[in-house]
Amino acid sequence: MPHVVIKLEEVSKQYRLGSVGTGTLSHDLNRFLAKVMGKEDPTAKVGVANRLDTVDGSYVWALRDINMEICDGEVLGIVGKNGAGKSTMLKLLSRVTAPTTGNIKVKGRIASLLEVGTGFHPELSGRENIYLNGAILGMTKKEISSKFDEIVDFSGVRKYVDTPVKRYSSGMYVRLAFAVAAHLEPEILIVDEVLAVGDAEFQKKAIGKMQDVSRSGRTVLFVSHNLTAVEQLCTKGVLMQNGMLKMEGKVHDITSAYKQMSVDENELKRSGTRLIEFSEYRMTDTDGRTIDEVFLGDDFKVIATSKANEPIDFCDMTLDIRNDSNEFIGHVTNADDRFEIKKVAKGDKMTVEVTVRNICFSPATYYISLWLGNSYGTFDYIENCIRFTIKQGDRFIQRPYPFDKRAKTVLQSTWNYK
Amino acid sequence: MNTTTIENQQNTYPDEWTMIMRPKRSLLDVNLRELWQYRDLITLFVRRDFVSKYKQTILGPLWFIIQPLLTTIMFTIIFGNIAGISTGGIPKVLFYMSGIVGWTYFSTCLNDTSQTFIKNASIFGKVYFPRLALPISVVISNLVSFLIQFIFLCCFLVYFMIQGSDVAPNLLVLWIPVLVVIMAGLGLGFGIIISSMTTKYRDLTHLVTFGVTLWMYATPIIYPLSEIPEKFKILVIANPMTPVIETFKTALLGVGEINYLQLLYSVGFMIVLLAVGIVIFNKVEKTFMDTV
Repeated sequence: MPHVVIKLEEVSKQYRLGSVGTGTLSHDLNRFLAKVMGKEDPTAKVGVANRLDTVDGSYVWALRDINMEICDGEVLGIVGKNGAGKSTMLKLLSRVTAPTTGNIKVKGRIASLLEVGTGFHPELSGRENIYLNGAILGMTKKEISSKFDEIVDFSGVRKYVDTPVKRYSSGMYVRLAFAVAAHLEPEILIVDEVLAVGDAEFQKKAIGKMQDVSRSGRTVLFVSHNLTAVEQLCTKGVLMQNGMLKMEGKVHDITSAYKQMSVDENELKRSGTRLIEFSEYRMTDTDGRTIDEVFLGDDFKVIATSKANEPIDFCDMTLDIRNDSNEFIGHVTNADDRFEIKKVAKGDKMTVEVTVRNICFSPATYYISLWLGNSYGTFDYIENCIRFTIKQGDRFIQRPYPFDKRAKTVLQSTWNYK
Repeated sequence: MNTTTIENQQNTYPDEWTMIMRPKRSLLDVNLRELWQYRDLITLFVRRDFVSKYKQTILGPLWFIIQPLLTTIMFTIIFGNIAGISTGGIPKVLFYMSGIVGWTYFSTCLNDTSQTFIKNASIFGKVYFPRLALPISVVISNLVSFLIQFIFLCCFLVYFMIQGSDVAPNLLVLWIPVLVVIMAGLGLGFGIIISSMTTKYRDLTHLVTFGVTLWMYATPIIYPLSEIPEKFKILVIANPMTPVIETFKTALLGVGEINYLQLLYSVGFMIVLLAVGIVIFNKVEKTFMDTV
C-alpha cells in the first residue's frame, strides 16, 4: 500500500510584478486597512490565470489551485515550459517561500537540490565545504563524518580535498557539490536540473545515484527540460502549463504530451499558392540519420518531400539559412548545381535530397527555410522550419578556444614563414 | 521479506504529517527546537566566518587587535589630547580601549546581522534551514574576536597596573559574561529587526552604519558618565547600552558608577527587543524571497 507523503491542497502562489520598493508602502497600507476591516485583500485578483504576457495589473499567479498527491517510492518528473510554475512549485515544497493560499502537507524529511553547491565558500577547503554544505542541506556533523569517505570517492577529488575550492576547476567543483547532495538521506528528495552540469560520464553517475535513491523506496521529485533524463529516471509525470496542472500520469504519456504541446505552439510561418507543397522535411548526416547538430566543415543533407496539388512544369527549390537574430547568412538553390527539378504530375510526390558541403558558418544556432517556386511566384515557403546547431569541433579549424562570435563565417587558412 | 518492507516503510513515513506549510502562521509559532537541530550548522557557519575573514591576509588574526589599537590611538589623540575631554582620572589609553572593545562587539553584531537577508539571499533562495541560524552564528563568531580583543585589553591593564596607575579591577568582573550576553542580545535584536525590514525598504541599510556611529557618541565611551551635563543625562540613561559599557569600565578600571536598576533596565530592554525581533524575523523569513 503506497503512502501519500506529499499532499498539496488548493495551493496557489501569487507574485507582485515590477519593482518592489517605490509605491509598495501605499499598497501595504491598503492591504493592512482592508485586513483590519475584514475585507478581502484588494490586490489579490482572483480568477486571473497566469499568462505572463497578458497580466492585468501588477500581480500574477505563478501557481493556481494545485491539488496533488505524491506517494512514497514515486519518482515524479515535472515538465512544462518556462514560466509554467515548475520552479515555484519546487520552491514551495522546499520551504524557500510560503504559499499564498492552500496547504502543503509533508511526511518525512525533505532535502532540496535546487542548485548544487549552495553555500560553498571559495576560501574554504573541499573538506570544510563538504561539512558546511552538508549541514546547510540538513545533515548533522555526525552523519557527514560517517559518509565523508563515500562522498570524496564519489566526487573523485580526493587529491585536492584540502585545497580551497576556488582553485578547483568548475567540473571538480560541481562534482564535489553533487557528491554531497547525493549522499543526503532524506525521505523526499527534490531535484532541479542539476544534471545539466558536468560531463556525460558524470551525468550518468548522477542519474544512477538518483535511481538508487528511488529504489530504496524514497520519493524523488525531478524537474528538468531534459526529457530523456526524465524518461530514464521517472515513473510518473506531471505536465504544468500556466501555473496549473494540465496532466498527471505515466511518464511517457506526459513527455509525449509535452512534446506535442511544444510543436503546436510553435506554429510555422508558411506562405505560397500551394500548387505544390512540402509534406515532409528533415536534416540528416551524410548517412541519412536525422540530426540537429553538425560540426564545422562537415557535410549535411536536407531531404524534402513535396506533393503536387496541380501539375507542375518547372519549379525551383531553395534553402535559406538564417541565424538566431534572423539575419540571412546562407542560401543554396538547385541552379547552383545545374540540377533541374522534373515535371511533377498532379498528386505525385517528389523527394529532393540536397547535400550542403563544408558548412563554414560561425558556430551557433541556425534555421533553415525551405522555398519552392518559380519566376512567376512562390508555391510554398516555410520559414525557419529546421533548427540546427553548428559545433566548432577541431576538424575544420584547430583553434583550441571558442571561435569569435562576432564573425559570421569561418575561413580556413594555412600559415607559413616566408 | 514483504513484512519487513512494510515495516520499513512505516518507519520511514510516519502516519502523522510531519510538516504542514501554510500561508500564515500564528505570530508566536517560533520553532526554536528546529534551530537546536541545526546547531551543527551554526558551529560550521561560525568556523566559516572565522576562517574566511583572514585567509589570504598577511597579518591574519592580528587584525583583531590592530583595529581596536588604532582606534584607541586615534581617540587618545583627538578626544584626549586635542579636545581635552576628561577621562575621570584613568589613563586615557585604558579608558578609551575598554570602551571601544565593548562597543565594537555590540556594533559589529548589529551591523553584521542587519544584513542577514540581503547578503544571504542566494542561499536562502535555494535551500531551507532555520534562518535564525545565520544571525546567531554571526553573534558567536564575533564573540571570538571579542575574546581576543578582551585578552589584549587585559594585557594593557596588567601593564598599566605594573606601571603603578590608579586602576583597580574588582569583583564586578564577574558581571562581564552577563554584559556580553546583553550586548549580544541587543545587537542581535536590533540587527534582525532591521534585517527583516530591509527586505522591503532598503533605505534602512544606509541608516544603519551611520546610525551606529552616531549612537556611539550617545554612549559613555569617549567621556565618563559623570561628566554629562544634567539636561542630556536622561538621553544617555535611556540608552540601553549605557549601563552595559559603564559597568564594563567600572569592573575593569574601578572608577565609575554602577547602577543595578539601570542594568536591569538593559536586561529588560534586551529581552523585549529579542522577543519582538524573533517574531518579526520569523514572519518575514517565510516570504522574504518574493520581495528581496
